[in-house]
Amino acid sequence: MKTYCLATAALLGSTVGAYAEGELNLYNWGNYTSPELIEKFTAETGISVTITDYDSNTTALTKVEAGASGYDLVVPSANYIPIYVEKGLLAELDHSRIPNIGNIAPEWQDVAWDPGRFYSVPWQWGSVGIAVNTSVYSGDPNTSELFLNPPPELIGKINVVPEMTDVLNMAIFNAGGEACTEDLEVLRTVRDRLMAAKPSWLSMDYGTTDKLSSGDYAASVNWNGSTMRARVNNPDVVYGYPVEGYPLFMDSVALLSDAQNVDEAYAFINFILEPENAAMISAFARYANGVAGSDAFMPEDMKTAPEIVTPAEFASAGQFLPTCPQSATDLYTAIWTELLK
Amino acid sequence: MSKPSGQRSKGVNGWLLSTPALVLLLLAASGPLLIVAAYSVMEKGDYSGVRWVLSGEGWFRVLFERDIFDQTVSLADANLSIFWRSVKLSIATTLITFFLGLPTAWFIATRPASSRAFWLFLITIPFWTNLLIRTFAIMEVIRNQGILNTALMKSGLISEPIQILYTDTAVLIGMAYVYLPLMVLPLYAAVDRFDFKLIEAGYDLYASRWQILRRVILPIIKPGIIAGSILVFIPSLGAYVTPRVLGGGKNMMIGNFIELQFGQGQNWPLGAALSTVLLLVVLVSLVVYTRVSSRDNQDG
Amino acid sequence: MAKPRAFDVTTLPGFTFIAILSFVLLYAPIVTLVVYSFNGGNSVNQWGGFSLEWYVVAFNNAAVQDATMRSLIIALWAAVISTSVATLAALGTTRRGKFKGQTVIYIIINQPLMVPEIVTAVALLIFFSSVKLATGYSGLGYLILAHSAFCIPFAYLPIRARLEGMDTAMETAAADLYATPLQTFRYVTLPLLLPGVIAGAMLAFIISLDNVVITEFVKSAGQDTLPTYMLGQLRRALTPEVNAISTTLLALTIFILIAFALVTKKRN
Repeated sequence: MKTYCLATAALLGSTVGAYAEGELNLYNWGNYTSPELIEKFTAETGISVTITDYDSNTTALTKVEAGASGYDLVVPSANYIPIYVEKGLLAELDHSRIPNIGNIAPEWQDVAWDPGRFYSVPWQWGSVGIAVNTSVYSGDPNTSELFLNPPPELIGKINVVPEMTDVLNMAIFNAGGEACTEDLEVLRTVRDRLMAAKPSWLSMDYGTTDKLSSGDYAASVNWNGSTMRARVNNPDVVYGYPVEGYPLFMDSVALLSDAQNVDEAYAFINFILEPENAAMISAFARYANGVAGSDAFMPEDMKTAPEIVTPAEFASAGQFLPTCPQSATDLYTAIWTELLK
Repeated sequence: MSKPSGQRSKGVNGWLLSTPALVLLLLAASGPLLIVAAYSVMEKGDYSGVRWVLSGEGWFRVLFERDIFDQTVSLADANLSIFWRSVKLSIATTLITFFLGLPTAWFIATRPASSRAFWLFLITIPFWTNLLIRTFAIMEVIRNQGILNTALMKSGLISEPIQILYTDTAVLIGMAYVYLPLMVLPLYAAVDRFDFKLIEAGYDLYASRWQILRRVILPIIKPGIIAGSILVFIPSLGAYVTPRVLGGGKNMMIGNFIELQFGQGQNWPLGAALSTVLLLVVLVSLVVYTRVSSRDNQDG
Repeated sequence: MAKPRAFDVTTLPGFTFIAILSFVLLYAPIVTLVVYSFNGGNSVNQWGGFSLEWYVVAFNNAAVQDATMRSLIIALWAAVISTSVATLAALGTTRRGKFKGQTVIYIIINQPLMVPEIVTAVALLIFFSSVKLATGYSGLGYLILAHSAFCIPFAYLPIRARLEGMDTAMETAAADLYATPLQTFRYVTLPLLLPGVIAGAMLAFIISLDNVVITEFVKSAGQDTLPTYMLGQLRRALTPEVNAISTTLLALTIFILIAFALVTKKRN
């Protein structure tokens, strides 16, 4: 039966026709792309997909901007999309080539960072919070003080993901500032607190899912989906929503202007907007997607997961990050580099 | 070969035959180094790359930093501490590998000729084995759930795992581990040529073992010691993989700091200037090395 | 150490102990890594019985297959190219007496051994990214070119050693029998030189196969080699799959080294 379905799907794929067998180079966050999704895509279209990982928005942007990177699709976070667009790195999407474009859920159709969705389609969205192993620290996880001023139990055991905007904005919210603030007093507090906290961190690395599961990290500034995956492996892990404020993110798939495999890229974009396929993305990485109707296909455990369904009391503290002006970005990069070294 | 070849045609043939190798090296190894030097005096681009405007900012930022908020200029402590950490860890690595390597080289050189090849082979296997695999192997040993901590906890010596991974100690252990063969091989070459009658003579003159080691053995194998130290020190100073895997993105060495400038730091001119500094440090060490070793050869 | 062995002048107190310790320290992690590649469980530190499961997983992993093929293709090209040019250079710089600029040639050839890899990597990143932009070509050529270059000194050294140990009498005899220089090279010099060339090619092959840093900086989209693929994995999931890949690579290296030892032994 299964093979029959696959065969039918393959047949359907081939009758849609225009897609020649080819290649596609997807440049995406590490551990973020469902292997089953790619298998299904290849089975339906004959297009083989090569995935390359990156660990932060800046890494991806730098590599793409260096030119002739060879990638076709990239998955930047919302606040990075306007930067890509402004630099002319993205190709405008021809909606007539994306029959499923209407499947984007209404609230994600016309977003601030990409009005009208002419450059990107939703991949996944979620929040940045703090994952804590309760067997090490049993206090309240819902505060960003945990990484800015770690309690004794967590000193030397907490990881901070190396994602500039997420970490800095969490610290800015903690200091009472707003996203993209250029208020030097706030930023000075942010820098001083981060620099003072750094010695009590264990590491600044990604790959948090596995290290939280295995107990290598007792806590980490982390993304909600990754934390859910860790919790499935290790029930001691909980996800905290910092009450001082925490960033929400949406990563969207965008077509690079120097893509070599444009037809294949459109095929993929259209493919992931199919509700069933979008649900596969979520089932793997454990983040919500932005496709209407995908709920029906979502795994049962995600519908109630405390990492995915934000408790009402914390919902108001989360906010999407706008794209900051260059002057703010320069300040942030300076603080971030100082922190990293 | 049949023709009488003079100095000139020897040279012409020598250059001619070497040309393909030289072209390849200039294209993909030496030449690009000049581009690095050029980039170091350009203005930084918005996110990456450079603007083709001359600027001393890259070099300025190697030693000094401007405060983000009040623009006051101060000595770049963070850069200096990364340099200092790299130098410190590299010297420590060199010392550790020397104290482990000399007895090892001595041991191999004093085996009977029949088994010597075997012991030497045991050293060359790690030498040629992928650095990443060896770093990975040592990581498995020192992790919190690794065999070292597990063994210590089972034996009751400790109740909590010792945090070694992601510390300077981890980077040091890793570098000493991966570079040990680089120390043993030149030391072995030196000890192998050593005339053991000299030790006999020393004992005859009532020298203690310590005196023999210090006054007889060490001076004679000094070229081997210098070669081994250089071979360990240089790659340690430029190490990238070992600190990246074992340092957890927090304990940087120069190599990682350079990479940071080309990645998240988005400051290519500074990265290029730092690379040039590293290159100069290495060249100076090499010059000192050749000076010292050629003087030794003259001394006999 | 207190044993009365004062007449064995080669013994120094504690040296044997430290030497054995060194060997144990060198091999313990590698042996652990190999042992856990046969772990039936999915942990790299808890034994779940003997199994080849992770080898099957690794060999069936499309990304590993691709990376392996790419590594082998690059290493093969790099070995062929670097050995060819190194052979010519060795012929040009050995047994000819000193000539002007010889030292310069030595320095350039050995340059990859002296410059820290990270500096070369950064230099190639800058250089190749502008070439990529200008030409639009982003294939494997860049990696092959870079690997060929840094493999040259490793190929050059054994060939030169072999040449220096060779007697010129045979070639003179051939020339006396009116062989052309090309014939002399083809029928006399090359066969004598062959063990050195093979040894050089093997070293170049291993060096290319193992390279991480330069590859990491130069690679374009989807050009992971086995080592850069592993570098990505090391920061993520640690399953015995990485052990299995490492063990395979280790076995390949040891196999080549034994072949190398046999080739160079024959010449003595």
